[in-house]
Amino acid sequence: MKKRVSLFVTCIVDQVFPQVGIAMTQVLERLGFQVEFPPAQTCCGQPAFNSGYPDEAGTVARHFLNTFGESEYIVVPSGSCTSMLSHHYTEIFASDERMLALARGTSPRVWEFSQFLIEVVGVEDVGARFDGVVTYHDSCHALRELHIKDGPRKLLAKVQGLTLREMEAAEECCGFGGTFSVKFPEVSGGMARTKIDSILKTEAGTVVSIDSSCLMQIQGVIDRARLPIRTMHLAEVLAGR
Amino acid sequence: MVEGAQVSSREVVLQNVRRALGRAAGLVPTALAAPRLRIPIMDRNRYGTLFGQNFEKLGGKSFFVREPGEVVPALAELLQGKRVVASNAPFLTTCGISALPQVQSGFTDREALRAACATADVGISSAHYALAETGTLVLLASPEEPRLVSLLPPVHIAVFPRSRMLANLDELLAVLPNPAEQTSSMVLITGPSRTADIEQILVRGVHGPGEIYAVIVE
Amino acid sequence: MTGQPSETINQTLGDPRLQLAIYSATNRLMTHRAAAVRADLLPDYQELRTEANQLKKHTIDHLDYYLELFEKNVVAHGGKVVYCSDSQEVADFVLSLAKERQAHLIVKSKSMTTEEIHFNERLEKHQLEVVETDLGEYILQLAHQRPYHIVAPALHLTRYDVAEIFSKNLGVEKEVVIEKQTAIARATLREKFLHADIGVTGANFLVADSGAVVVVENEGNARLTTSAPKIHITVAGIEKLIPRAQDLGVFLTLLGRSATGQPLTVYTSFLSGPRKSDEIDGPDEFYVVLLDNGRSKLLADAEKRQSLYCIRCGACLNHCPVYRKIGGHNYPWVYSGPIGAIITPQFHGVLKDPWLPFASSLCGACAEVCPVKIEIPKLLLKLRAEVTDAQRRQGRGGVERLAFRMWAWVMTRPKIYLMLARIGGFFAPVLPKVGPLGKWASQREVPKLAKTSFHEWWRERK
Repeated sequence: MKKRVSLFVTCIVDQVFPQVGIAMTQVLERLGFQVEFPPAQTCCGQPAFNSGYPDEAGTVARHFLNTFGESEYIVVPSGSCTSMLSHHYTEIFASDERMLALARGTSPRVWEFSQFLIEVVGVEDVGARFDGVVTYHDSCHALRELHIKDGPRKLLAKVQGLTLREMEAAEECCGFGGTFSVKFPEVSGGMARTKIDSILKTEAGTVVSIDSSCLMQIQGVIDRARLPIRTMHLAEVLAGR
Repeated sequence: MVEGAQVSSREVVLQNVRRALGRAAGLVPTALAAPRLRIPIMDRNRYGTLFGQNFEKLGGKSFFVREPGEVVPALAELLQGKRVVASNAPFLTTCGISALPQVQSGFTDREALRAACATADVGISSAHYALAETGTLVLLASPEEPRLVSLLPPVHIAVFPRSRMLANLDELLAVLPNPAEQTSSMVLITGPSRTADIEQILVRGVHGPGEIYAVIVE
Repeated sequence: MTGQPSETINQTLGDPRLQLAIYSATNRLMTHRAAAVRADLLPDYQELRTEANQLKKHTIDHLDYYLELFEKNVVAHGGKVVYCSDSQEVADFVLSLAKERQAHLIVKSKSMTTEEIHFNERLEKHQLEVVETDLGEYILQLAHQRPYHIVAPALHLTRYDVAEIFSKNLGVEKEVVIEKQTAIARATLREKFLHADIGVTGANFLVADSGAVVVVENEGNARLTTSAPKIHITVAGIEKLIPRAQDLGVFLTLLGRSATGQPLTVYTSFLSGPRKSDEIDGPDEFYVVLLDNGRSKLLADAEKRQSLYCIRCGACLNHCPVYRKIGGHNYPWVYSGPIGAIITPQFHGVLKDPWLPFASSLCGACAEVCPVKIEIPKLLLKLRAEVTDAQRRQGRGGVERLAFRMWAWVMTRPKIYLMLARIGGFFAPVLPKVGPLGKWASQREVPKLAKTSFHEWWRERK
């Protein structure tokens, strides 16, 4: 019998970058998983949590836990949302015993997409093909809260035709930061431009990351400057044939 | 008036701390694990070489001599025509430094010492310890080793026997678990005085000596 | 956001010379730190951080005990401890001592605690001359500016600025060679050291089992401050305590490396009282001022109290992409960068500068390099919640709160979420303030909603 995985595509992928969810589905199905999509899913609650509204975040978190209560593997195309689910839910529900137990039970079943491939499936070569030079952006929460650093690079290294060229400031924040990007737009934009300077030095044509929110920020500034660079989620690269 | 105010502020501060922590007066904390001192296992004969390397990396210069009698010849060029103050450390007398004509030493008066140090070109002291891993000189203030000798002149020379070499800071703390019992002032000197406060450009000798030398006697 | 100094922030962002100064200084400090904590050179680095964190936790959790132990040991070595609740009490103490001893000139080494209480200004009002002796601080004192950075206070000034400042204040020719500028400062300050009546320092550590004050520095000015004048006064926050001299192995190993990449700073002074009667030099009197100034308030919250573990290495500033953009002077208090963003609201109340905890992308670089493992992003989140809560109790911030309420309501009703998303309402609740899309668009292109959401794709696929 096929192993089952549940997708949590995140609100941003659902509404802005559905192709990332589609690519993730394709990769997982090629690897032999039965992919499920709990249709009641919406958001992890992070926007409220990071903006100083833990109660509102808790309301949304409760909805998530009820929606994904039964899933054995919950796979997420975002380091940031994964960290919210696996690390911060227990903080939100610190004084609610029943929800805390539910959050603690769910936390080890949540996997960021690349982490799931490397640590659960144990695969590095998914049989993908991509022609070109890419550079990889370490998204902050994936890097510092989930300690994801080598996994995505291992997966990229096995993609036929792909050259990975590291940028100097791979670990430096892109400046998105959720509502930070609109509360401090000039600072956020400045951070993105510094990031892009570093990307440009690699002369890579594509920036890859495992967080669509970072890529939205980076692509937004690239488009404003009309630079010949595109952004791609890791899942999109891995789905390529 | 000031005395009275101090007493009450003491109580106010301590009470505020206790209240915030939810602790009653006089509570002794749970035992703290013994400090973990990290002393590398290393051939003691290597300390000298390692010290020399690290000391020079910082911009110091080190000399190794075989016996006390070789110290003065080794320093002859450095001290030529200079005004020199030396601390009252017995080892400097052993090495013949205190007896040199250009050297002022044997101070017992604060003002005389300060005046001499303020105008000297070179100050010579004898380090109590030296730390190999960081190229550090350790000076303990005492009647033999006043503070200003190693501080006011633009050049500082430390002369000491090799037996005072330790591996690192943690070994020093093992040897001197409570330095306050030995001295009112212990200073660790790791390189010449320096600053990078303007444009991050390194400049030596801003307030303390810009040149330091170590003479290690085998 | 409310109260944020947008104008001066934008000035900083738009000043290429200043941006270059900040970037080159922080880059240099980051590179040096990284080289000093490399696993082959310091294999125990992570263990040391954990030990430092545990030692600080233990000390802060039992602070009253360690304060009294420290006091007992200072007294045993002939020194005196003066507890002060606030800055006024510090000034009163120093003034009355200066009066009794007929002191006129005070030399000072670099101390954030004295910056915090505006020590110099308070004493200068009473005809005392107070001279900063750290080169960077001296320049800033002449220019009437506050430190830009915890360890590199004048990093925003160039040699040309320094030439102007020296020529205007010291009556010297404009000199742009840094070595010569340093020599000017050395000569001017040397006279001050030799004539000063009182030396004032901060403390990097207060060692409870020894009654000792530990001061680290590179220039030698702190050594001079504590060696030349007849009176030495340390002004230190009560959180500076560590239990034992032997714990210095952990803290000194981390401090210099985290701050400037130095295994040890040039001078580490371990000072434990006035000179002994037979010593030739050193201070005759030794005072330690233990300053509360709001610190005890911070202790009340068992989680946020970790803010007091800070050893002021400045690594969080160097690694903070926000600090690197906005620099030090846009922060409302002398403590800038991530550590400033968590302690300022706790000292001044969250409503004084409500924007401050929000001025972070929560990237976590600060926590990654903090030598005592302060969970800065976690505390920022906590403070953000405290800001919105305090605003609610004041009847403010209603629009944003309502937006997030509505957003949460929608996000728990999948059908409504999908329906609203289709009519383009998705972004409105996520970016709640009036015109958030405009703010987004001020810097970057606005992403387009997909024609078909993943939800729809999945449904159609079945």
